[in-house]
Amino acid sequence: MENSEALNGTRSGNTHLLAVGTKKGLWLGTSSDRINYNFTGPHFLMQEIPSIGIDTRDGRTRILVGLRSEHWGPTVAHSDDLGATWQEPENGAITFPSDTEAALERVWQIQPDAVDRPGVVWAGCEPISVWKSTDGGEHFELNRGLWDHPHRSEWGAGFGGAAAHTVLPSPFDENTIHVAMSTGGVYRSLDGGTSWEPRNKGIGATFLPEETPEFGQCVHKVARDANQPEVLFAQNHGGVYRSGDNGDSWDYIAGGLPADFGFTVMTHPRRSGTAWVIPIKADAERIPPDGQLAVHRTDDGGASWTRLADGLVQPEYNVVLRDAAAVDSADPVGLFFGTRGGTVYASADEGAHFASVLTQLPDVLCVRAAMV
Amino acid sequence: MSGEVTMLVPRLLQPLVGDSAELVLDVGEGAALSELLDAVAAEYPIFGRRLRDETGALRRFVNIYLDGDEVRRLSGLETRVAAGAELLVIQSVAGG
Repeated sequence: MENSEALNGTRSGNTHLLAVGTKKGLWLGTSSDRINYNFTGPHFLMQEIPSIGIDTRDGRTRILVGLRSEHWGPTVAHSDDLGATWQEPENGAITFPSDTEAALERVWQIQPDAVDRPGVVWAGCEPISVWKSTDGGEHFELNRGLWDHPHRSEWGAGFGGAAAHTVLPSPFDENTIHVAMSTGGVYRSLDGGTSWEPRNKGIGATFLPEETPEFGQCVHKVARDANQPEVLFAQNHGGVYRSGDNGDSWDYIAGGLPADFGFTVMTHPRRSGTAWVIPIKADAERIPPDGQLAVHRTDDGGASWTRLADGLVQPEYNVVLRDAAAVDSADPVGLFFGTRGGTVYASADEGAHFASVLTQLPDVLCVRAAMV
Repeated sequence: MSGEVTMLVPRLLQPLVGDSAELVLDVGEGAALSELLDAVAAEYPIFGRRLRDETGALRRFVNIYLDGDEVRRLSGLETRVAAGAELLVIQSVAGG
C-alpha cells in the first residue's frame, strides 16, 4: 500500500487519481483501471485532512488540501507534482482579517470553480465563512457578504462544528453560488457573493420547534445537476430533497430510500437527473440501515432509487461522512467513498460494482478523484 | 543593557526554523513574550502560525515554559521575559 517513491507528476489525462484524506494523514493513489491503485502515504502523518480540491485547470494538476493539526492548527497546502512536494504559503492561504477577531478553525471545503474560470477556487470554513481565491488557492479572501450576514448570530454548530461545508459555484452563471452550512442551511447568492439569502423552503429541521424555518436547518451536502442549472439535490439532517428552481423550494425525494438520514450527495457530471446518496439509519442511529452499507442511485431526479452494494463488505457499522465520497469525470463515471472505519471503495461503473482499494485507514474524512 | 534568551523548538517544528533546535532571541532589556513571538513570526511566519492563531492567541495545545513555568500560569503572552531566560515550546496532549 505504501510507496516511498513519489507518484509520477506527468499530466497525461489518462491516469485516475484518487485522494483520500483521513483523520491522520493523506493517501494518494493512481490507477489505470480504478481498481488497482498505486498509493503513496500517509502524507502529513498525524494531521487531519478534512478537505481536498483537485484542480486540473491551467494545464497542470494541483492538489489542494486543508490540513489541521490538533497542536499546530489549520492551514492549506498544495502540490503541483502529485504529492512529491508540498507548498504552504508563508502567511497562510486562509487567515481571518484582524477586524473580524476570528481565527480559522478548520477548512471544510476546497472547491475549484468552473473550467472557464481558471485560478478561481472557493473554500468553506469553520467558523462559518466562505472564501475565494483567484490565484489557484494560494491566497483566499474572506467573503464579507456572508461574514457580515444579519443571520450570523442565529446560526448554530453541528456536531462537527459551525462551518460552511459546501460551496457550489454555478458553472452556468458566475454570479450564482450556493453555500450550505451546519447549522443554518442553504444560502444563495445571485450577485457573485455580495449578498446572500436563505433558501430552505420545504427542508425539515426536526431539531427545531418550527418544522420548516426560513433558515437554521442542518443541510449536510448539496450537489448541482449536470445540465439543468435550476436543479439541485440536498442530503439533509433527515430528508433528501430536490429543488427545481435554483433552491427557491425543495421537494422531499427520499420515499424510495431505506432511510432519509445521511451526509453525502453526489450528482453525475454529465447526465441530468442522476444522483447518489449513502443512507444512514437516523440521526439517533448512525449506522447503515441494519448494518448493510449501500449506495443508492436515482436516474430520474429522485422518483425512484436503485440500491448498489455489490462488492461492499457487510456488515458495516461505520458511516460515510459528507465529503468522504466523490465522483470523477471519466466515462463511465467512477464513484469513490470511504468510511469512518477506514475502508475506501472504488467503482469504475457508476456504482454497479465496488472494489475495496484501501482498508484499515484512520477515519476517512474526504475523498476526491480526477483524471490527471 | 541588552541580552538574549533561548527558545527550544520541538523536533516536529524544527524544519520550519531552518532545522534549528533552538533560536536565540534578542530580548533587549526584557520584553513581553508576545513581542518575542512577533519577532520570531516575522522571521519564520509558518512557525509563528503553528504557535499562535491569527488573533495572536496561543494555540490551545501549545505550551510555552519560561524557565520551567508554563506561561499560562504566569501572565500568559504578557509575561515579561528577561535576558538569560529559556523558553521551551512543547505540544500538549491532544487527540487519540
